[in-house]
Amino acid sequence: MGDISIYARLLWAQVRSYTAYRGSFAIDLAANALAPLLDVATIIVLFQVTPDIGGFRADEVLVMFGLAALSFALADVAVGQIEKLRLYVRTGQLDAALVRPLSVLGQLLCADLPLRKVSRIGVAFVILAIAVSRAPIELTPARLALLAVAPVAGAVLFGAIFVATATVAFWWIDSGEFANAFTYGGRDFTSFPVTVYGPAFRYLFAYGLGFAFVAYYPTLALLGRPDPLGAPALVAWSSPAVAVLAALLAGAIWRFGVRRYRSTGS
Amino acid sequence: MTSAVIEARGLRRDFVVRRRVGRFRRQRSVVTAVDGIDLRIEAGELVGYLGPNGAGKSTTIKMLTGVLRPTAGYLRVCGLEPVRQRRQLARRIGVVFGQRSQLWWDLPLRDSFELARHIWRVPPADHAARLARFTRELDLSFLDTPVRQLSLGQRMRAELTIALLHGPQVVFLDEPTIGLDVLSKQAVRAFLTELRDRGDTTVVLTTHDLADIERLCRRLVVIDHGRVVHDGTLESLHARYGSRRMVVATLAEPLTEPVRLPGVDLVQSSPDGRVLTFGLDGRRTPAGHLVATLAALGSLRDIAVTEPTIEDVVARLYAGDAGGSSTGQS
Repeated sequence: MGDISIYARLLWAQVRSYTAYRGSFAIDLAANALAPLLDVATIIVLFQVTPDIGGFRADEVLVMFGLAALSFALADVAVGQIEKLRLYVRTGQLDAALVRPLSVLGQLLCADLPLRKVSRIGVAFVILAIAVSRAPIELTPARLALLAVAPVAGAVLFGAIFVATATVAFWWIDSGEFANAFTYGGRDFTSFPVTVYGPAFRYLFAYGLGFAFVAYYPTLALLGRPDPLGAPALVAWSSPAVAVLAALLAGAIWRFGVRRYRSTGS
Repeated sequence: MTSAVIEARGLRRDFVVRRRVGRFRRQRSVVTAVDGIDLRIEAGELVGYLGPNGAGKSTTIKMLTGVLRPTAGYLRVCGLEPVRQRRQLARRIGVVFGQRSQLWWDLPLRDSFELARHIWRVPPADHAARLARFTRELDLSFLDTPVRQLSLGQRMRAELTIALLHGPQVVFLDEPTIGLDVLSKQAVRAFLTELRDRGDTTVVLTTHDLADIERLCRRLVVIDHGRVVHDGTLESLHARYGSRRMVVATLAEPLTEPVRLPGVDLVQSSPDGRVLTFGLDGRRTPAGHLVATLAALGSLRDIAVTEPTIEDVVARLYAGDAGGSSTGQS
């Protein structure tokens, strides 16, 4: 696995590239920190007019929001740049990646690290920490472990969504904002209890795409609450397994897409 | 017979094109971009690969470099099957896509070369030796300049370097002189001449720049409509497509009777009939004979003979009016 060190060098090259634009980088960093704070404000405003949303109180929803925000921020920094795939396909820059002795996905992920979004990770982390300390959570060792693993599992799940939806560019070059509906849309979806959504929407997003496993089920496990929708208790702990499954599926979709690109030339 | 670096037999590539007909219906049609190409390139050759836009050049290069899967046919590059063994192949080939950079835009040029060393796992000593050589031959005096600040000519020299730093067996150069000024073109050509004469790297060059071809390529492969229409030297191309010398005669008075000589055609005549341009097949009628005939027929004032240029041949070739006719070979 000597390739890892090569990818690390590619990433480091991106970090150094940013030093070319120090001023705008600092501004971007600050602006990106602001976004999750505004979302938190939205939730607080909502709870001014209603004591509960979908059967959950404010501090409980904030735990979900914190998990969703941290998961998404991690995924966005790690693989969010994959959305540029359609640009690479359109300009033919993907061909340049195909003539290097490295994996195409690895190169794309290392080609543009959105470091300016790193501040979101910090802010989301702080929000989650505050929310957990205020919510009625009895922190057993198992729950502590879940708290550590859930954001990573959530990030893997979001990452899988990023990769799978970006792959659409291989079929449909003008896919525009299609992927965003699932990535950013998914983030907003996971910030609230899935109980607030109607059945059709819920089945598609929460279970079909697995978004319920980013924040909703881990939060239930942390709170020790049974699922109002009636899923067995074990489901609440299953996020890591779902994440692994999603990653494998996304990998398969990606390989299928690259194969298609090389047979169509898009 | 084992030294072929590139071997293709019956190489074909179809594209499915969907065209809108009416509001919602789409019609599916198959376009054949490369239609059964046979190609054999030996180690150390420099081959010019040319053809009009849309002839299938890029499609061929994409198949040879492992970017695109052939629809049918046999293909081996460096003994490998390009698409299936893409990463192995990538270690042995270098590619310059004229319009797509392999360089890191915001970093000093030196850093791109350093990254390439790691990507292709080049031993440090080999890397240093090659970089020193290319720095000298291509005059890379701008190693510490960020790539985005390089001029086009500087950038192309850098692209050539990064394509060759890992010592590839074959390099594919897709229009390496496009958009360059005269001096940069000369620098690139001089470098490629050196590379060719060294003989350890096979070069496949696509270009629309005919001066590149005349200066560099001993062998030309011309394709049109996805098929090889010529494979041979520049001279054989001229011979085959009946390239002719042009004889421009200026007369004091228009001719009273037409010139009738084998292999001589009146190509153009000025309105007053005093400036006549003849196409001449030198093997059938020597130029001297034509001049003597003109002198005998009337008052010859001036005479100019121009050699056939590759522009003429290629223009005729692309226009499709010369296709394999026996003009030059009779």
